[in-house]
Formats: sequence, structure tokens, C-alpha cells
Amino acid sequence: MTDESLNILIVGVGGQGVLLASEIISEAAMKSGYDIKKSEVHGMSQRGGIVSSHVKIAPKVYSPTIQYGQADVLMAFEQAEGLRALDWMKSDGVAIVSTTMLIPAIVTSSKKLTYPEDAVGEMKRKAERVIIVPADKIAAELGNPRVVNTILLGVLSNYAPFEYDLWIEMLKTKVKARFVEVNLQAFERGRNIKLSSVEA
Amino acid sequence: MRELLSGNEAVARGAYEAGVRLAASYPGTPSTEILETLAAQYRSIYSQWSPNEKVAFEVAIGASIGGARALVTMKHVGLNVAADPFMTFAYTGVNGGLVVVSADDPEMHSSQNEQDNRFYARFAQVPMLEPSDSQESKDMVLTAFELSETFDTPVMLRMSTRISHSKGIVELSEPNSGPDKKFVKDPAKYVMIPANARKRHVVVAERLEKLRQFTEETPLNFVEENGSKIGIISGGVAYQYAKEVAPDFDYLKLGMSYPLPLKKIAEFIKSHDRVVVVEELEPFYEDQIKAAGFPVEGKKYFGNLGELSPYRVAQGLKEAGVIDEIKAVAIAPEPDMFPRPPVLCPGCPHRGAFMALKKLKVAVTGDIGCYTLGVLQPLNALDTCICMGASIGSAIGMEKVKGSKKGTVAVIGDSTFLHSGVTGLMDAVYNNSNATIIILDNRATAMTGGQQHPGTGLTLMGDKAYEIDIKTLVTALGVKNFREVDPYDYNTTLDAIKEEMAKPGPSVIVASRPCVLMPKRIMDEPYVVDLELCNGCSACFRISCPAIATSTETNEHGHPKAEIDTTLCTGCTLCAQICPTEAIILKSQFVEV
Repeated sequence: MTDESLNILIVGVGGQGVLLASEIISEAAMKSGYDIKKSEVHGMSQRGGIVSSHVKIAPKVYSPTIQYGQADVLMAFEQAEGLRALDWMKSDGVAIVSTTMLIPAIVTSSKKLTYPEDAVGEMKRKAERVIIVPADKIAAELGNPRVVNTILLGVLSNYAPFEYDLWIEMLKTKVKARFVEVNLQAFERGRNIKLSSVEA
Repeated sequence: MRELLSGNEAVARGAYEAGVRLAASYPGTPSTEILETLAAQYRSIYSQWSPNEKVAFEVAIGASIGGARALVTMKHVGLNVAADPFMTFAYTGVNGGLVVVSADDPEMHSSQNEQDNRFYARFAQVPMLEPSDSQESKDMVLTAFELSETFDTPVMLRMSTRISHSKGIVELSEPNSGPDKKFVKDPAKYVMIPANARKRHVVVAERLEKLRQFTEETPLNFVEENGSKIGIISGGVAYQYAKEVAPDFDYLKLGMSYPLPLKKIAEFIKSHDRVVVVEELEPFYEDQIKAAGFPVEGKKYFGNLGELSPYRVAQGLKEAGVIDEIKAVAIAPEPDMFPRPPVLCPGCPHRGAFMALKKLKVAVTGDIGCYTLGVLQPLNALDTCICMGASIGSAIGMEKVKGSKKGTVAVIGDSTFLHSGVTGLMDAVYNNSNATIIILDNRATAMTGGQQHPGTGLTLMGDKAYEIDIKTLVTALGVKNFREVDPYDYNTTLDAIKEEMAKPGPSVIVASRPCVLMPKRIMDEPYVVDLELCNGCSACFRISCPAIATSTETNEHGHPKAEIDTTLCTGCTLCAQICPTEAIILKSQFVEV
């Protein structure tokens, strides 16, 4: 947290669980005694479009959206979306990006449009603190492709001012009962990934 | 008790605390969750989806005249549909309080225009409250009902996407029971024949004068002094953006923004060297303040298009010369990123109809719903989208002038057809149109999240309802050429459209298949691509299915072959039907060599 405030921008593609992740962070912030606002756009974005959620945590929050260029943390559930949103981050911000690639039909069917060849590499070139998380592979190992969001929450937990137990409580209350166990495993896998461990 | 609530959830909570007895609506982003929250959490309130916003408004009017507090909610363009009852109910006034929520969509995140509905309050001469966060959204619902009954008027609560869909901490209170009123016959007040309406218009003018006094005194409009020579007048979410980027200025925050507190504004202007108005969309405050003869500036720095943001407000204030610098953007935006528009889901039944329409190259008048996405590349199968129900009327007009040599087809969803397509179809029969109308019947209001409608057999509150049968309805209107097709059957759908277009008089084709997401997720056995057979022709790429991706294998020209993501594929078979080499086969029938 800088200046006692933390701005987290979460981006991904419709269906990746962006909204659940931002819900968990927001509830945890409220329970930790902070003021919190979060903002996202519903509607058309549900149909495979870009989904982004702004989470703002501070003693007193005004705008529900982060000022352009002022995110402390960027969490990207899809690598090209991480690259697309990187300019929202401060120069010393932390980007947590999943290696997940989701290539839309508009690109597949086009001769002109291309998907970036190395989006995570490009992110590393543009920003200092980028944590590349093979969350799609970890999720596959855990047998549930839908836990990419929880793996990234695990990584985030090293950078957010909430007690460990609170994260666990949030996962247990917000995730459907039959998926709690795999989500707890996913969270732990993410929590073991830190900037230093990636760079080493 | 404190809870994290969206603006929409807070409005629902406010209705509960205000003792509302009836709420009505038609789903529309960004307003939909208000009624969904009522139905899920506050079941003591009778809440319902109506076929459209006009009916919803009239239902609420009945409840109000009947003595109960009533809430009616809609998206901004919904108020266009409901404008007729709204404008005249402003004359009659209420019995039980009535609050109309207009949820505007600056930036058109999920809308066909970004009209500023604050003008409707001025147009109808009714008071308007503008919350700027979730707590105010709840509190202002309670205030709005008090105002409604005190001043005998409907009250407009103007939300916007960022208020409706942002969450913040809300302090909850205990509910009150609302007033205990009954219907009292009073034709002079409620029967708007000219003789009565003329008298009521006088009442409206007198009421507005009283409201002009009230708005000067209410704590909804308040000044925050920070000892600055610069003053900001703002309201709604724009106030939060301004506070964020310029917390040290003095503020006049407008919570009741019609009628404006012009005396308070004049005093605020007099006591500051410079006053800047920060408001989203049109210069609604600014023009009225200027018309009253006071010098303010605003829109020339912020513009009237799209959503504001902290960054845009900071830029505007810098341009105005009242702040020196903006927090830097450190990382350059990535140039030339591909777009990622929303798309029809894997297995979406609309896809089959659009594949056929694309093939026929006819003029296609479209409508509002998921199927509007049929306009996007690579389907490119839609030529118009104006408003709810417009597909049918515009197909009639285009066909009458023979605007398209290859003929005209209207496409409209089931919920939209019941909302405002039925009268269009009546026109097609009455005026003997040759247009062909395809009703894409997926049994849901899918775009807004799968809400019930008069054809689904269930109400908002989960009760069983009569399921309006589209065939019975259409044939009762006098449509002679009627048929149903399965949009998963590409060739039959294609032939049906061709045959119906060749017939004189209006034809209706119902393309019938449930939405793959709602009410239950449909996942049949997935298909796979046999790369031995795939020749990389790209035909399947052009049906715009998110489950079909490029393979790393290429054909002899270096063009990629296809690959199917079996976790996304629902087994709809459409791609297999158009594959010229029969390379797309059921997963269980695929034998790897």
C-alpha cells in the first residue's frame, strides 16, 4: 500500500471470474476496516468481451474508478489483456499476469489482426515489476481450468494488507461449496509465487 | 449494519426501507439488478417484470393511485418508451409515493445511445435526485418517497452506469411501513380530460415554485468549504471524480438537481473567484445557471461525449488553468492491439440464422439483444439497430420502397418481440407488407442475464405463469405464412428463409432453440477437428464461434488449420454442417491414427 491507499485493476475476458475475484478483495478490504469502492461494467462484456474491475482501497475513497495510470497492482487473467491494460499501472506498480492466452474469433478469422507474439515478455520490457504466473498450467494440474482467478488472488495476497485467515474465510464464503477445496489449493499455489521467486 | 452494495442493490434496499409495496420494470442495463435484488432479498415487496417500460410505469401508477408506495425502474432509453405515462402522471401527481429510476449509460457500455435523461425531469417538471455513490443511492430513495408524497409528484432518481454498477459501503437502517393509504375517487385529479388537465397544469406550475424553494434549503444540495478561491459545482459520479483529483477546492454538491438551487448557486459563485461546473454528458446544470445570468464555465473543458473519469476531469481542470499538473501516466499504451468485442457464445442458436442471412445477402433490419452482435465481423449479418422493436417497422418501410433488391428480413428476439414487436407485426399484416420476420426465440431475455418474460412461463418472483405462445399470437394477428425452424439445422433454416421471402404478404419464421446459458447451461458432446481432413479453408472461422481456434498446423499455402476447444464446444454441429471436407466430427467418433 502506498499513501495508505491501494488501487487494484483486474482485467480478463468474460467468464474468467474477474468479478468474483474483485468481490473477494472488496469484502476483505471492508472487513479489514478500510473504505472501499469497486466498479465494473456488466452487460455486453459478458459475451466474451473484455471485463475489467477497479478496486479502490483507502481510509476514504471518492471515485469508484482508478485514475488512468495510477493502479498499484494490475491483475491480468489473460496475457494480451495484461499488455493492453499495462498503461493503467504506475511505473513502480506490480503486474500479476497469467500466461493464459484466449485468442478471439475476430483474430482467428482475420488476415490483418494479430495476437501479440509474446505479450508477457513485452510486459516485462515495459514495466519493472511483472510477475508471470503459469496459472493456466497450474489450474490444469489442479484439474479445474476455472481457478486461474484464485491462483492470482494467492499471488496478490503477498501484496495486499489483509490477514491470511481473512483470505481463507472469503474463499470459503464466496466460492460454491463443492469447489472450495480446489480453490484453497489454487490459492496456496499462487501464494507461493512472489516477485523474487520469479526473478531468481 | 454495514454492507458492500452496488448502487442498484442500494436502491433496492432503499425501497425496502421506504416501505415500497410494488416495484415494476423491464430489464435493461444498467438498471436490471434493482428488481432482481428485490425479488431475491426483499420478498415482502411485490415485484414484477412487465413486457415493457410503458406498462411497468402504468402498473406503478396504479399502485400509487391505489395508495401504495411504488417503484418503477428502467434504463435511460426505457424512459422514452414510458415517456407517455410519465409526462401526464406528472400532472395528476400521486397518492402513495412514486419514484422512477432512470439508469443512464454514459459511454454506451451496453446501449444504443447516451441520452442524458436529466432533461426528462425538467421536461416533465418533476423533482430529480442524483446520487453519487451507493450510500446516497439508498438514502435518496427514502428522501424521494417523502418528496413524492409531500409535493404530490412522481420523483425521478437518476442513476448512471458507474453509480449502478459500483459497490461501496452502505449503512443499513430498519424498514418503515410507508403510509397507510387507500384509493379515493378523485376524477378531477386522476382523469386527464382537457378540462381537468388544464387545472392540473396550474398545480404543476405552483408545485414547481414550491420545489424551487425546497431545493434552496434541502441538505441534498450542500457546500463544502476548504478555504479555496476556486469553486466546483458538481453532482452524480462526476462529483466523486472531481473530489478525487482536486480535493482542496470548495464544492457545491448537487444532490437535488432539478429544480436547481439557483440562489445557493449564485451565492457560491459570488463568494469564489472562479467557478467550474463538472458534469457528465450534457451541460444540464451549466446552461440553466448561465440562463439565470451567472458566469460559470464547464463543458468547454470537459466535453459532452462519453463517460467522464478522474483522468478526464483532471485534464479539464488543467485546461481550465485551476490545477497545475496531473499525476503522470508512466507506461505508454500498447499500440495496435486487436479488438476483443463481445461475441455470440459457443452454441448460440442465433448463429445458425445469421449464417443463413449472410449467405442470402438480404437487407437485415435488426433489433436490441444478444443477436445485435450478429453485426460484427466475421458474421456481418445485420444492417440496422435503432431501438426496441424497430426491426419490424423498418423492414416494412424498406420493403415498401424496395430499398433492397434481394429483399428485406427483420430479426427480433422473443423478449423484444413481446416488448414492442407485436404492434409492428400488426402493421405488417394490416398494410400487407412483403417483409419476412424472423423471431429468434431462445426463451429468455438473454443479453441482460436471462430474465423471465411473458413467454417463459415464470414470473420475476418465481411463480408459474401462463406461457404466451408465439405461434398462437402471431397467427391470431392474421399472419398466414408461419413456420418454425431449428436454427441448428443450417440448410433447413436457409431454405425456409428463401421460401418465405418468395411468398407475397408478411411471413413469420420462429427460429426456436433455448439459450445455451440460461435457464440451464447446455453442453452436449463436443466436436473435434480431424487435421488429416482439414484443408485450412477457414469456412469455420467465419461463423465466429469462440470455441474454434487456429491450429499450429497449416495447409500447403501456409494457412492455419482449425482446432476446437472441447471445453467450450457445446456440440451445436453448425461448424460441422458447413465444413466442406467433413473434417469436424464428434469427439467420440474421432480415432487418432
